[in-house]
Amino acid sequence: MPDVTVVEAVNQALALEMARDDRVLIVGEDVGKTGGVFRATDGLFEKYPKRVIDTPLSEAVIAGSSIGLAIAGWVPVAEIQFLGFAHNGFNQVVDQLARVRYRSGGRFSAQVTIRAPYGAGVRAPELHSDAFEAHFAHAPGLKVAAPSTPHDVKGMLLASIRDPDPVLFLEPLRGYRQVRGEVPEGDYVVELGKARIARPGTDVTVVAWSAAVQVALQAAEDAQAQGISAEVIDLRSLVPLDVATLAESVTRTGRAVVVQEAPLTAGFGAEVVATIQEEAFFSLQAPIRRVAAPDVPYPVQLLEEAYSPNAERVLEAILSVTRE
Amino acid sequence: MKEAAAAADVPMVRYLDEDGELVGGEQPMPNDMALAGYTVMLKGRRFDERCVSLQRQGRMVTLAPGIGQEAATVGAAMALDQKTDWFVPQYRELAGQLWHGYPLRLAFLWHVGHPVAFKVPEGLNMLPFQAAIAGQLPQAAGLAWGLKLKGDPGVVLAIFGDGGTSQGDFHEALNLAGVMRAPIIFLCQNNGWAISTTVEQQTASATLAQKANAYGFPGVQVDGNDLFAMYAATRDAVERARAGEGPTLIEAMTYRLGLHTTADDPTRYEPREMHELWVNRDPLLRMQRYLKSTKVLDDAGLEKIEQDVREELRVAWDEAVKEPAPDPDFYFGQVHAQHSDRLHRQLSRHRRNGNA
Repeated sequence: MPDVTVVEAVNQALALEMARDDRVLIVGEDVGKTGGVFRATDGLFEKYPKRVIDTPLSEAVIAGSSIGLAIAGWVPVAEIQFLGFAHNGFNQVVDQLARVRYRSGGRFSAQVTIRAPYGAGVRAPELHSDAFEAHFAHAPGLKVAAPSTPHDVKGMLLASIRDPDPVLFLEPLRGYRQVRGEVPEGDYVVELGKARIARPGTDVTVVAWSAAVQVALQAAEDAQAQGISAEVIDLRSLVPLDVATLAESVTRTGRAVVVQEAPLTAGFGAEVVATIQEEAFFSLQAPIRRVAAPDVPYPVQLLEEAYSPNAERVLEAILSVTRE
Repeated sequence: MKEAAAAADVPMVRYLDEDGELVGGEQPMPNDMALAGYTVMLKGRRFDERCVSLQRQGRMVTLAPGIGQEAATVGAAMALDQKTDWFVPQYRELAGQLWHGYPLRLAFLWHVGHPVAFKVPEGLNMLPFQAAIAGQLPQAAGLAWGLKLKGDPGVVLAIFGDGGTSQGDFHEALNLAGVMRAPIIFLCQNNGWAISTTVEQQTASATLAQKANAYGFPGVQVDGNDLFAMYAATRDAVERARAGEGPTLIEAMTYRLGLHTTADDPTRYEPREMHELWVNRDPLLRMQRYLKSTKVLDDAGLEKIEQDVREELRVAWDEAVKEPAPDPDFYFGQVHAQHSDRLHRQLSRHRRNGNA
């Protein structure tokens, strides 16, 4: 199997689905000739000039018009250049796209995928690095995918485009070119709503998603050196949440650490912690710890490193919950 | 009508003056069509009056009547081909929706708060009611663009109010539609009020129609209380759209003779004389005057239509109240094509004890 980056995996999935389904449209800012600011749509405009369409610079209209395109019979895959700008179209994503089926009594559905790179660590300007996933995970009707590996990015993007309901597909910006992995060349699907045990372990469960999975894996490696066996769960999907995998793991290990790039308060980690406590309370041998960013906005470049959870902070949390 | 309109270099379309005299050229539709249009306008009026009364009796939820605006929405809807064209409402266009094929029974159930009313009937080219002001416009623009990409002959009529023109969604949707030359008619019902806020408080523009100029397509003001003018202006816009010439913005100059909603009290802000001025411009009166003066109808004919409409409303309401109470699980079924495990579990708990 060829070794590819995350952004190449995105491109493969898009190319494959455009060839397979001529209802698929790619819409967004700069997705055409330039192939996307990260080259995620590279080469697609040349091949499908009528189905890869640059839109005006308006997130509300990218998301909102995708609803209408879907009702007209297309399968839009819309790119929001950075998740931080999705808030310009928040009503169209959260109050409109998520509810198309609900508010039409099932007459219409919105087979729409919104792709958005997100997260920290590429020294980008303000609002290009924030982890805003929780804002979208709270909208019934919207699925939220947040894979971390090239393999899962390709398989889950294909699953998202084929899903009859809308999916916000979050791509790990830090992993775009840094994370490489083996990806099958052909067509395969990784089901939405299924977590993955990224590293098996017995003493503590570390839960992460998107780029934070790499941080968790590094911390688990460091913990191993101190004789602690940490299991790492890559959630892959926030909505639907794979409750069973979380419950099974923590019931086995009795301890949990949840890692999120976003600020602490009301982050998606809180949902994970609450779920674990509902499902595995009587197996817990220590309070669950969260490792998160502080409740301040994402900082400018020279302050970035100290802001986001890193392997040292995750290791410290692992040690604190496993210390008898 | 507003004198400012002339100053802004925006055309104003009018066929009937306030006395129901034809001043704008030939009658733009045959008599039977004019009668059918008048009948649906009246149906919308009597429906709204009935609903306000039922709401006061505690039998309906808060609702937004379209009293005084029936010509604007019915005239526009009459220019559509129901087989191919789409009606995208805000929430004060019921009379036009009735023309397009939305059943009265469902309209009543909508105001009762029954979920079946939100299911857009199969085969009806309509999007659901929209509470977020102008939130439907990016979707309508996308729908029109999507029809064009498919080579489908359909056009989209998207309706909103004067307050909607202050929203980003309005501007972003018009901009996209202009760029894509999408087959869409943006119909702004300028009824003078966004709850208690006047048009002068919404915009410094002399007209709302002129905002189309910025997006590269025509804008036109139309006497919104004139069924013929609304029909003719929309018909021209539909022709342009179908011919691939792109969008049109129509500003229908009308007036909200009723309330913003049943929770509103216009006596707190609406000048009495303003209201009275517009009572005389009532679109129903204007059509009655015209139909009588041209001998299309006499008083007995008008009374017959009145009785027929009342009977149709009575039958529809009787049918509506027979609708079984909604299944308490109803909303679980509408979120996704398939329940997630988590939602399935919430549904099981909901059935047991009403808690998620």
